Parts: sequence; structure tokens; C-alpha cells
Amino acid sequence: MSQESIDAAQSAVDAAQAAINAAQAAQSVAVDQAPIVAQVVEKAAAAPQGILEAAYIAAAVLFVLSLAALSKQETAQKGIFVGILGMVVAIIATLFSDGVSNIGYIIAAMLAGGAFGVRWANKVGMTEMPEMVAILNSFGGLAAVFIGYNSYLEHSITEPVMLSIHLTLIFIGVFIGIVTFVGSMVAWAKLNGRVKSSALMLPHRHKMNLVALLVVIFLMFSFVGAGLEGNMGALIFMTLIAIVFGAHLVLSIGGADMPVVVSMLNSYSGWAGAATGLILGNDLLIVTGALVGSSGAILSYVMCKAMNRSFISVIAGGFGNDVAISSGDEEQGEYVSTTAAEVAETLMHSKRVIITPGYGMAVAQAQYPVFAITQKLRDAGVEVRFGIHPVAGRLPGHMNVLLAEAKVPYDIVLEMDEINDDFNETDTVLVIGANDTVNPAAKEENSPIAGMPVLEVWNAKQVVVFKRSMATGYAGVQNPLFFKENTSMLFGDAKESVEEILKAM
Amino acid sequence: MERSILSLMLNRQEQMMQIGIPRESLKGETRLAATPATIEQLQKLGFSVLVESNAGVLANFDDAAFIAAGAEISSDTKQVWAADIVLKVNAPADDAEIGLLQKGTSLISFIWPAQNAELLEKLAKRDINVLAMDSVPRISRSQSMDALSSMANIAGYRAVIESANEFGRFFTGQITAAGKVSPAKVLILGAGVAGLAAVGAAGSLGAIVRAYDTRPEVKEQINSMGAEFLTVDFEESAGSGDGYAKVMSDDYKAHEQKMLAEQVADADIIITTALIPGRPAPRLITQEMVDAMKSGSVIVDLAAINGGNVEPSVVDKVITTANGVKVIGYNEMARRLPTQASQLYGTNLVNLLKLLTPEKDGVININFDDVVQRGVTVIKEGEITWPAPPIQVSAAPQAKKEEVKEETVKPVKKKTGIYKAVAAGAGIWAYSALASYVPAEFLNHLMVFALACVIGYYLIWDVAASLHTPLMSVTNAISGIVILGAFFQMGAESGLVTLLAFLGTFIATINIAGGFAVTERMLKMFRK
Repeated sequence: MSQESIDAAQSAVDAAQAAINAAQAAQSVAVDQAPIVAQVVEKAAAAPQGILEAAYIAAAVLFVLSLAALSKQETAQKGIFVGILGMVVAIIATLFSDGVSNIGYIIAAMLAGGAFGVRWANKVGMTEMPEMVAILNSFGGLAAVFIGYNSYLEHSITEPVMLSIHLTLIFIGVFIGIVTFVGSMVAWAKLNGRVKSSALMLPHRHKMNLVALLVVIFLMFSFVGAGLEGNMGALIFMTLIAIVFGAHLVLSIGGADMPVVVSMLNSYSGWAGAATGLILGNDLLIVTGALVGSSGAILSYVMCKAMNRSFISVIAGGFGNDVAISSGDEEQGEYVSTTAAEVAETLMHSKRVIITPGYGMAVAQAQYPVFAITQKLRDAGVEVRFGIHPVAGRLPGHMNVLLAEAKVPYDIVLEMDEINDDFNETDTVLVIGANDTVNPAAKEENSPIAGMPVLEVWNAKQVVVFKRSMATGYAGVQNPLFFKENTSMLFGDAKESVEEILKAM
Repeated sequence: MERSILSLMLNRQEQMMQIGIPRESLKGETRLAATPATIEQLQKLGFSVLVESNAGVLANFDDAAFIAAGAEISSDTKQVWAADIVLKVNAPADDAEIGLLQKGTSLISFIWPAQNAELLEKLAKRDINVLAMDSVPRISRSQSMDALSSMANIAGYRAVIESANEFGRFFTGQITAAGKVSPAKVLILGAGVAGLAAVGAAGSLGAIVRAYDTRPEVKEQINSMGAEFLTVDFEESAGSGDGYAKVMSDDYKAHEQKMLAEQVADADIIITTALIPGRPAPRLITQEMVDAMKSGSVIVDLAAINGGNVEPSVVDKVITTANGVKVIGYNEMARRLPTQASQLYGTNLVNLLKLLTPEKDGVININFDDVVQRGVTVIKEGEITWPAPPIQVSAAPQAKKEEVKEETVKPVKKKTGIYKAVAAGAGIWAYSALASYVPAEFLNHLMVFALACVIGYYLIWDVAASLHTPLMSVTNAISGIVILGAFFQMGAESGLVTLLAFLGTFIATINIAGGFAVTERMLKMFRK
């Protein structure tokens, strides 16, 4: 997250402070208008539970429709409005139902949170989307934790079976919520470089995790067993373990696996929500939590598949440490470096060009000049397309968002499977800040990244690799692409290189 | 081990080795094993270079150019042959030349050990190392030293040029004021390096190019060069796994002959490049087929020296058949492009020496642990080490089928059937236990949960990859729905509960507002 977002956070804290003060006033207004509110409540009270349930069903259907509409570019915009509508229906129906009081405080909290959220959303750079998603995941987890604690502190369940279920769910919900919260904060810190992105490899880390889980299970039995007497100690102790567990979970996963981690945490925040729904017996929460949970799980799976890794091995951490890393000093041949002017010349003489961006393009913010080049080439009659590897960037679909930000039309941005066969007929490929996703070593058996599907850029007539230096990518594997005869290297900052090419064209 | 023995042996030469480049004595040979450019590279590896005077005349390199590149010139043939390393194109021509080789010398040239057993014996008696450029294993790493490929590339190109020279028409079709010219039809048989080079050259001259090879896996390569791939209407696999074609069954041959006969009659120019290592060249075109061709057609038989793909071809001659078809049987087309051929061959040698001189100290060191060095060495210290153990390299088409991945729907590893059954049984037991224990109300909620998971599963699979980021931010927004829980807890008596609910409301709203707003912003950027 940038300085900007930190400023935004600061201002939001101020806003929240102001809102709390305002809440007092709002409260008194609410009291002043009590007759009206009372009337509304009275009307609703005719069949309050029925209306609420009906609203929840409507909201649940709207959420499902929203996700369905999000599956295509054409309908995605509609999807958001349907989602917002669902949210509004659910919130309004709840606010006017029985059992909700202190509406003034609620509105104050919502105004502050809403103002902060919208402001932040409008300020955040598209390259920072992974950080933003990570933070939102953490909030989802934290909110679930608060509600879980509250459900323990104040509930009216005395029937023993229901009480056991209630306590079990609270325990599980808080655990998942804390792991999501802490894990997401660590992921955020890793993404913006506050914490080293390489995997933390503690000795016996799998055993430590196992012990932690066993202790948590033991605590759960003692917590649930305490029944009505309560066992706050167990809950707090578990919370502490979950904090360490969540932090360690993400710390031990390497930077290259960030897309998996972020979507995994997204999934966890959903499961935490679903647990909250079960605690409160609220079907809308259950449905939403399950939707979010399965969404994140599937995205994690898609990312893992794109790297040819098993989900378990990513979660357990330690990519490349369990496999012998091939030392870079094997006979690799020599690489050829080129200049921006030469690349410009090559591009102007090509008929078909494919650009394969990676995280390097995001870091250098090179998407704007890249699109400028694209436009120039398209005006000159050159076919330009983009090939996106599923794990390019630090978030599923990250590259698409960046290119869209630069106004690259989405119908020339293709997925790996759509474009991989076309490299044969391509004159020039520009590899901008990508490394592991275009590594031919993945086709060799003994490579640590063996079997990972990659963009087969080397089949093109000419490949230009934009890179800062000859260093290896996140996977720590040397890339034979750089030493191929048809590959030339353009060293330097991706943005500057691309701008120079633009000038030379 | 081997390495240390060899370095002991080599220790007698305290300093860098000298490379000798003798004149090629073979009649008709125009090439040379080095050019000024490659000599500069050899010196960078630490070698000194001695060139026999006038060695490069036929390849258009004069002695002055070699001197300028840093080589010494000697008119003493014996002195050149006495160098530590002798680089040649052809194997020593006669016993006199073999006699010039000193003990411990390394000779690097084409040897063709399979065809020249006697030569191999004689060379072995000289107690030398012999590295055969024709025996470089065909693996990707050794492509830079594959002299057969670089010569074949030249041969393919030159075959097209030679045929154009004899052909009385344009290659390309034209519509001129003086009438329409139809394009020449070129048929290339054998799509190895030479065949593909010929496809490229003929295609760039504007001809209609068709090509045929018994290995179906080269179809892609032929198509990529812009030619049509001819197929025989018969099933048989021909990939032998070592990068070369193999001999086919008789039945297949009959079908092949029939197809070829039709194609040959239709073609204006035919270039045949079919070779099977260690065997006579396959007879692809019979006299009968040639007789059916149009007058003025041209055939180039690149395999003439190995027995010929074409029945009437004569080695090193151009003959005209009774029906006016010219058949070119030139041996070693690469000799007709001597400057280029010397440069490419010289570079192949430099690349081999790079491999043999890892320290760049001008001392070669043959390491048998390396498959390339093992393969190329046919005599080591007077002992015949040919043939080297085979290496399987080529990706046969069967291998591809195995690569087709199974579509698995869940991120779990495949379990055995028993394991699955046990897991399912345990699941059913646990579920029934739960069902009999908990109240129905809770089970209703569980049902909602299970159904929602299923719906989510199917919904998300449909989401386009480019929308994954917006999907995540929207799910973040809707997961803010936990705010409803916080609402109900706001009215609690306990201050702590109210505070937590207040904070919960606050951050859940950030999720809702932030998530929807940022998604909206992202989606606005997507445009067609």
C-alpha cells in the first residue's frame, strides 16, 4: 500500500472519530423522531420476521445473479449494480426489523466506513490491487471475529445441544477469522515489501503447525465443554495461537505464490462469514459466506493449476526449497543484448506481435507506454495482441486490470490457452517483466518448475525480453529463453525502455 | 578419473595448444575448416593457429586475411599436420596424410566411421584422438556444433538455386503484358534440414511448394515454412526416436509409391533429400516416374552419392533424359557455396572446441561424462570408441498423447478406490451422527450452506480469467454482509459488545463500499 492509502487511513480514523461524536447527535435525532420510527417498526411488526426473511431471500438471489453476471465482460457492470441492490435490500430490511437498536451508532459507523471505503477505492492505484484485496480480506476476517466474540459474550441459548453447537461454531469462526485477518495483514505487508517476500523456512514448521492445530482442537473441547459457565481463557488462548498460526502460514509461502495466497485468504474470509451465519442462524450470511468461500477456493485452484502445483504444497509452503534448485552456472550459452532503436525497427517490420507482460510491467507502471506502442503499431497495420499467463502478477487477473487501466481493448488481451498456438506465426514477442511464466525449462523434466504450463514465446521468430538484469525470477530457476538464438535482451527499467522504443518509432 | 589421466597425459604440453589448418587435398573440395572470423574466436579460447599457405583460396580467403586475423601461415605441409589439433573438412585423403599425424594429436573432421572402417583402423594406429563432426549427437545442446545440419542447410538452398539454373521458367507466377506465367510446382522429398531449407528457398522464389516425409511429426515444420505436406493414405509410425527416419514396411511403400508417382508427374522441379544413416539412400523416384514427367522439368538428387533417391541420377553430373528431364546429381552441394560453408563449418568447430576447452586456456580435455563429447569422439588415445551408446532425444508423437491432461475437478490428489470408499463411509457416519444429535433447525441452515457451496462452485467456474480481480473485489464487498450480524448486536447491554459491534459495522462497511467502488472503477476501464 502506498503513502496515499496510509494518509487515507489516517483521515478515515479522524472521520470515524467525528462520526462517533456525530452519533450522539444522531441518537438524539432518532429519539426526536421516535414516533415515526416507532410507526415504521409497528407496521413492520405485523409480519416482521416474514418480511425480513423475504428480503434475505431476495438479497441472496441478487448476490448469486451478481456473481453470474460477473462472468462476462459485457454483463459485469450490471453485476455490480445487482450486487449493490442486494446489499441495500438486506441492510435496509435489517435496519427496520426488530431487535436492531442504536440505529444512530450504526448509521454513524456506516457513514464513516463508507466514506473511507469509497475514498480509498478511488485513490488506490491499479498496481496496488493485490494489497487492497488483501486488506479487504483481513477486514472480512476481523468483522467475523468481532461478531464471534460478541455472540459468545451475549447470547440467550440455554438448551445444551444448541449451546454446544453455538460454542463450537464460535470457536471455529473466530479461529478462521483470526487466521484470515492476520494472514491477510502479513500478505499485505509482503506485497508492498514491508516484509521480505521470500518464504520463511522455520525448522520443523509442519510439526509446529500440527502441534498448534492439536492444541486448538483441545482448547475447543474444553471451551465447548464449559457450557454455560464459559471458558473465556480457552477462547483468548486460541486467539493468540491463531495469530501466530495465521502469520506463519503466510510467512512461509514464497512471493511467487502470492496469487494463490490472496485468493486462499479470500476464501477463508468467506468461510469465516459462513461460520458467522451459522452462529447467528442467518441464512443470508451463510449463503454469502459459502459463495465467497467457494469463489476463493476455485480461484486458488485455478492459480495452482496454472503453476502445476498441488494446493496443499503451496499452503504448506516452501516452493523450490523441497526441490533442488538448478544452479545458474550450467552451460547456458551467451545472451545477446539489444537497443531500444533496434527493437523499434524490428517491431515496425513485423506483421504479428504478441506482448506478454508480467509483474515487472506492473512494478514499472509500464502499461501506459505499452499501450501507446500498441496503438502506434496497430495504426501501422501491425497485428498486436497480449498473451496473459494465469499467474502473471500477484493476483488472479491482475494483468488484465492493469491493461484495462491503460485502455487496452480487452478483445486483444488473450489468455495463455487461447494464444499459445499462435506464437509459431508471430514475428516478434515482447516479454515485459515476465520470467518464470515464459521459461522453457518448464518443459524439461528435472527442472523445479517442470510441468508448469508456460507461454511458449520461444516459438516466435524473434523474442525481446525486457529485464533489469540477468537475475532469476521468483522461482529461482535460470531461464534458458534468454540464451536462445532468437532471443535478445533489452536491459533496463521496463517503463523507460518502452518509452525509448516509442520515441524511436 | 578419466579426466585426470588425460590431463596428466596432456601435461607434457605446458602451454597452449596449436591448431593446424591444412589445405584440403580432396579433389573438388573448395571448403576449409577455418575462416579469418573463426580463427579470431579460436584464439580467444587460448589456441594459436597455423594455416597452410593458399589453403583458403577456393573459399575466397587469401593468406593475408588469415594473417590479419592473427594466424601464422606456413607452406610446410608437414608442420601444419604436426599441430596439436588438426581441423579438417574431409578425413585424411590417403596414407601419406595419415602418416603426417603425430602421436597425441587430435584430428577433428568429417570421418563417416560407419562407411570407413579401414580409415578408422589406420587412424587408431597413429595413437591419436579423432573427433568426427558427422557423429555429433542430435540433442538441443549440441545444435551449435551440428555440422551436418549446417551443411545440409546450404545444400537445400543450393539445390533450389541449381534447379533454377537448369529450369527454363520463372518460379513465381506473374501476369504480364506479354501473357500469364503460371508458377512452378516444386516437390521436396525428405524434410530434414536440407529439405526444409529447400522448402524455404523455393517458397521465397515464389513457387508452389509441396513436401513429403515418412515422419508425420515433421508436418508442422513443413507447414510452418509455408509448404503443403503430402500424406500417404496409410497408417504407420515412422519416428525412430533418434531424430532420423527409419525404414518402412513394404505395404506402406506401395501406397507411398502410388502417391509419389502422381505428385512427381505433376511437379516441375523435384528435390530429393532422403537419407537413412548407415544405409543406401531409399529409391523414391523410379525411371518410370521420371519418364512420366514433363519435358523441361528438373530433378536435384541430393542423395546421389549415397546411391540416389532418383533412379537415373549420376553422381556429380547433370544428365538429360530422353523425355527432356534434367537430373542433377552433384555431390556435396555445400562445396558450391564455399565461403558460406567454410564459415558455418568453422563456427561448428569453434563451438565444439569451446565445449572441449571449458577453461579457455588453450588445452583441450575430452570428458566422456558429457554425451556430446562422448558421441563425437570416435578414437581416443588410439582406441576406437565408436559407436557411442545411443541417446534417445526426439519427441515421438506417442509421447504427446500422454501429455494430454485429465480434467480433474477438485484440487485433491487421486486417491485409491479403497481410500475413497473409507472416506465416504466415514463421512456418511459422521453426518448421520450429527443428524441424530442436532436439532432440525440447524440442519436447515446446513442445507442452505451446502446448496450455496454448490451454486458458488458452478458460478465461479464460468468467470472469465480477465475478470478474476473484479470477482475478488466483489466477493470482498458482499462478504461485508456480516454487517447484519453486527447490527443485531448493537443493542446489547454490555458496552464491550456494543463497541465490538460498532467496530464490526465500521470495517464491514469499508468492505462493502470499498469493494463495490473499486470493482466499479476497474470495470469501467475494460472496454472493447
